[in-house]
Formats: sequence, structure tokens, C-alpha cells
Amino acid sequence: MSSPDTIRHTPLHALHVELGARMGPFAGYDMPIQFKMGILAEHANTRAKAGLFDVSHMGQATLTGPDHSTTARALEKLVPADILNLSPGRQRYSQFLDADGGTLDDLMITRPPGADGVLTLVVNASRKEADYAHLAAHLPASVTLTPHDDLALIALQGPLAEAVLKRIAPSGAFDGMAFMDARAIPLDGVPTRLTRSGYTGEDGFEISLRAADCERLARKLLADPDVAPIGLGARDSLRLEAGLCLYGHELDTRIDPIEAGLNWSIQKRRRLEGGFLGDKRVQAALSNGVSRIRVGIKLDGRAPAREGATIVDQSGAEIGALTSGGYGPSVGGPIAMGFVPPALAKPGTKLAIIVRATALPAQVVALPFHPHAYKR
Amino acid sequence: MTAIFFSRDHEYAAVDGDVATIGISHHAQEALGDVVFVDPPKLGARVTKGDAVAVVESVKAASDVFSPVSGEIIAVNDALSAAPGIVNEDPMGKGWIFKVRMDASPDGLMDQAAYDTFLASIA
Repeated sequence: MSSPDTIRHTPLHALHVELGARMGPFAGYDMPIQFKMGILAEHANTRAKAGLFDVSHMGQATLTGPDHSTTARALEKLVPADILNLSPGRQRYSQFLDADGGTLDDLMITRPPGADGVLTLVVNASRKEADYAHLAAHLPASVTLTPHDDLALIALQGPLAEAVLKRIAPSGAFDGMAFMDARAIPLDGVPTRLTRSGYTGEDGFEISLRAADCERLARKLLADPDVAPIGLGARDSLRLEAGLCLYGHELDTRIDPIEAGLNWSIQKRRRLEGGFLGDKRVQAALSNGVSRIRVGIKLDGRAPAREGATIVDQSGAEIGALTSGGYGPSVGGPIAMGFVPPALAKPGTKLAIIVRATALPAQVVALPFHPHAYKR
Repeated sequence: MTAIFFSRDHEYAAVDGDVATIGISHHAQEALGDVVFVDPPKLGARVTKGDAVAVVESVKAASDVFSPVSGEIIAVNDALSAAPGIVNEDPMGKGWIFKVRMDASPDGLMDQAAYDTFLASIA
């Protein structure tokens, strides 16, 4: 582990610099904020064709136990999702909760095809050390946590992502692969583990591979005329339009997954049985409701409203604050997310957002802002 | 005859007689990235050099535009409300933001050569 004042590099750092990216610090890493084409064009290229994202800063780890049931039950003590009934070759989204039901992190959990007793995790860069400590403190001796600093992670997102990958994969490798499926597929001869998932609302893949192979595969993908490199700026505008939570914004230790509108990620058995850290708050929220809930907000005008801006009701009373906000390039206007009381959470509810001492008219809209295009 | 001056905040003032046309420099638009909204000053408002009078919003962030001169706002660029990207495409031409009738000649600003030196010093 590096010390906190050392900025870290992903395996694609030199490539980003070579491509002329504007770099900036993010979660302790020197990351590309935008490439030469700019955030709007990167966003549009991902929605229309395909975008390549470096997400190697995220934490990849494996849980290994004697069999699926043992590993799944160990993880289920820390997350509210049903992991026991996760099929081989399938992925699920969940959250680490603390004992009070606040959210420590959100993560992707994959049961890889083949190896019984293995689960792979992808966690947020800013939370990985804390997540690993949390896991280590709670896992039974029969289940081992292995962080993989030797692995890289890239994402290829957009309607042409599958077509691009098919050009460098064995014939038939993607046949029948749907959203949240996981497979091991060689790409241009490089061994990779793919999941059909991402953070843009588009069809696409997250590709885990050895750090040493990453630059070669990235160059191969970028040589495809449909693929553009995408920085963190467009990654944020794409996920905001897709209505997806960003840890530290829509999720933190004060927010439970029901307030964040993530009920869909907690399967029925877990709601009934509980048995996970924070279960009391989650079950109470499901039975009794919550005092605030995450909503999408669209401003009537063109001025963007940013994170932290105050949300007021029609009488001018403060009811919450924006957790994310900016310009939605595909929406063509300013969009935001924030928490409001449930009585004011219905789509169509008129609100205002305070920007530079002016109340900008806005309304609650259904999420996502831009329709998801997942391959079901 | 138009003379062009720059501030250390990367605004320019294209001065013709007692009227200054104000916008952001090429360097500033490049640093901001894609501009998605411009909040102009109010017509007729009195401004003092250094006042934050307009806001330029990129996809990522909002940035103040400080008036490099003192005087009265006599025009704002209405074309930017529908097409704020003009600020990126032509910052020192069609992407101007507002015009000021100046109380006095501009002072404390840099000419092109001094601004280029300043840019090199902060690079």
C-alpha cells in the first residue's frame, strides 16, 4: 500500500498522458478527467458508439471459501442482497452497511462460472482499504479475502461495445450473454473476465485482466474507429443521466439503501430474514417508510445546479439538498439528484433549487433521466 | 482601432473608444472545457473592476467572470443563451459575453505579449 500522500497510477496512466488527457487526482489516483475530444463528445460517443473507461483505480478482490454456500453466507452477513441464490456466471449489485444501516460502500458481486466457493467483488476506489478492513474483521476463518492489486479493470460501454469485442474474441463467445452475466473470454488472445454491466446506463462490459496485459488490450480497443477514450468527466455525466448512485454523494454512512431508492437490490428472502449488518434499519424502512428519498430533479431553465444546492418547496421552505447536479448532455439540459420528503417525491412535483441566491424552478422526474439500454 | 487587454483572471477586454467587449480568453475556455451555460450580467448594471458579474458553466463546474473594467453594462450576448458552446469555438469573437461603457481608460491589464508571458509563467 502506498502512503496517503503518494498519488497512485493505474496501468494505463502512461497511455492517458500519451493521448493528451487532462489529468487530475481522484481517490488517490492521477486519473484522466477528459481527453482531447472533450466531455460532451466523449459522452455522445459512448451513447452512440462505444467508450473505453479506465476503472483500474477501483478495488478488485476475491472471497474464497470451501463451497458457494459458505462464502455466500459469510458475505450475506455484510450485504442485504441474496448471494446464496446467485447463479454461477451471474453478477449482483449490493451495499456494505454498518450496524446502524448506513452505507459504507456500494459494490458489484460476481459468482464466476466454474470455481465453486469463489465470489469476486468490485468496490469503490475511495473505499477499498476500509472495505477490506471491514471484510477482514467480519469474515469467518473458512473464507479468505484476497485483494488483487495485480489486476486492471477497464470498461467498454455503449451500443457498439459487443460488436467491437466480437471482432477480437473467439466466435460465439458472447452468444446469449445478457446484462449482469459474467464470463471468461480471451480478447485478442489476452485472458479476461467480463461482466455485462457498467456505470453509464448503456449496454457494455467491465473487463478484468492482468495489469501487465491492460495497455496492449486498451490500445487494441482504441484502434477501433468506433471506440473513444472516456475520462471521469463524462463518466459522471453518463452515470447521472442513468440515475445511478455515486458513493459520497447519493450514498454515505448517513443514508440507508431504502432512502437511496435501492429496494430493488434487496431480494425478498433477505427482506424477510434479515441477518445482515444494519438489517433493523432496512427492515424498519421497508415496513414504516422513510423520511426522505432520492429523486431525480429536472430544472426548467438552462442553468445547471450543483451538488450542495438547497432544494425548496413551492412555499420556499428548505426540504433538502442536491447530492449531484450538472448538465445532462443527452437530456440537453440541467439535471440533478437529491433527497426530499416522500410527500414531495412524486414525478411532476414542483420544486425550486437555490443557485446564486435565485430560486430556479424545477420538478421531480422519474429516474433514469436517459433510458437504460441494458441487454436483457 | 481595437486594443485587446487581458486580466490575470483570464478575461479579455477588446477596447474600442470608451466601450470594452468582455469575454474569456482562449486559454480560459480550454481550461474550462465544454461550456453549457452562460449567466450574463444585467443590462444597465454598474460594475466595478474585479466584480464577479457573469458565470460560465462547463459540464464540470461553474466559474465566475470578473469584469476587467469599471462602467455600465450596455450589451449582453443573447446568442449564448441558445448556443453557449460559441464561447469554446470563438471565445474572442462571436463568444463575447458582455460590453461595458467604461468610466475611464482600462488600467492594470496586460497586452497580448504580457499575457503570453503570464500564461507561460503559470504553465
